[in-house]
Amino acid sequence: MDSIAVIDYGMGNLRSVAKALEHVAPASRVAVTSDPAAILSARRVVFPGQGAARDCMREIQARGLKEVIEQAARSKPFLGICMGLQVLFEHSEEGDTPCLGILPGRVLRFPRDMRDQAGNRLKVPHMGWNEVHQAGSHPMWAGIPDASRFYFVHSYYVEAGNPGLVAAFTLYPFPFTSAVAVNNIFAVQFHPEKSQASGLKLLENFVAWDGTATPQS
Amino acid sequence: MGLAKRIIPCLDVTDGRVVKGVNFVALRDAGDPVEIARRYDEQGADELTFLDITATSDNRDLILHIIEEVASQVFIPLTVGGGVRQIEDVRRLLNAGADKVSINTAAVATPQLVADASSRFGSQCIVVAIDAKQVSAAGEPLCWHVFTHGGRKDTGLDTVEWARKMAGMGAGEILLTSMDRDGTKIGFNLELTRAVADAVDIPVIASGGVGNLDHLVEGILKGHADAVLAASIFHYGEYSVEQAKRYMAQHGIEVRL
Repeated sequence: MDSIAVIDYGMGNLRSVAKALEHVAPASRVAVTSDPAAILSARRVVFPGQGAARDCMREIQARGLKEVIEQAARSKPFLGICMGLQVLFEHSEEGDTPCLGILPGRVLRFPRDMRDQAGNRLKVPHMGWNEVHQAGSHPMWAGIPDASRFYFVHSYYVEAGNPGLVAAFTLYPFPFTSAVAVNNIFAVQFHPEKSQASGLKLLENFVAWDGTATPQS
Repeated sequence: MGLAKRIIPCLDVTDGRVVKGVNFVALRDAGDPVEIARRYDEQGADELTFLDITATSDNRDLILHIIEEVASQVFIPLTVGGGVRQIEDVRRLLNAGADKVSINTAAVATPQLVADASSRFGSQCIVVAIDAKQVSAAGEPLCWHVFTHGGRKDTGLDTVEWARKMAGMGAGEILLTSMDRDGTKIGFNLELTRAVADAVDIPVIASGGVGNLDHLVEGILKGHADAVLAASIFHYGEYSVEQAKRYMAQHGIEVRL
């Protein structure tokens, strides 16, 4: 039986992620867990997260999950969501926090007083449904039209150190990285578990994904 | 194209049922919350807001069960408010499946609750709800006070100043209801909405008074709201959420279709 571990490090509501996975993968066993053995033995790993970067990193360290996350991110289909995307990078401006450094790049705050082209003020957090522009084909995008809208809620964004990592970008008002992909890692700034049909499709793709970037037939 | 303006149907829940009142009184039954939530999700609602207007704590746990049930079937953001007094209430609602928790009366009584809740759970899930009522007389400069306890108590606080303070304390969003307009169907209080939306850097949801689709358009274009919330026009089938979105799109507003 396919098994999915949702890493629980005490940050935010993991119930939504688990419910959405159960919805798209009724035949999989979904476990919300902080147990290293359960995470490492699962076929797939989801790394969600909400809240502040510093708190997330503190909880990851306190629970002894740093090495476990690093190992899972090297070895099996791995999906980062929101803060689970951001802390994969080297450093976050939020609380001047050193992060996991699994991927090159940093996390920055949206500037204050941003305006769109029409002069309208853009609020922070970037909250709501925005378009996700796919940077290329990837099995995780299967069946999801380019520029589909997903639900975002965040005040910080990723600036990838290597443009080759970028799997999608979103405009607010400048293009920022809304998804990254490398080997068996796929990580998104938006919340697929809250993005209705498009989000459920992405999770369904994750459940079917073999962890390589080659389009599956 | 960028961030879409949101349409948020609001479900006032008491005794396990969705109800709707006029000026906060005269409640009318509108149906089963889970069924209504599913219908709005199918119609393309961008989020759902549940306000627990249960007066007694006896029925308080009902809303947790309702949220659990909705959250396992509907995969869009859910906000829950009403009766949130302490950090523990926030935690229980988030654990039941709420994505955001709205704090109203308790924020006035204990502003620190907003700071504590946002630092513990993140600003993204803390909404401060403000019930505002005009207190200036005709001819005077416009002034709105914050009311609490379901609109019964004047706090004496200026709404615009209060919204700024709450944003500064870590609120991620403001849900702004005009008590003068709530349930009247004559449209949002646009002066109030614009005054608050222009004063804070966080998103503002306009609420109170929607009677037709033009009101939704005005809330965005003239009120500068980031999202519009409505209840009765959707509950009684006058308009679907999809119709509302198409109408907004025709008026040049970016929406998720």
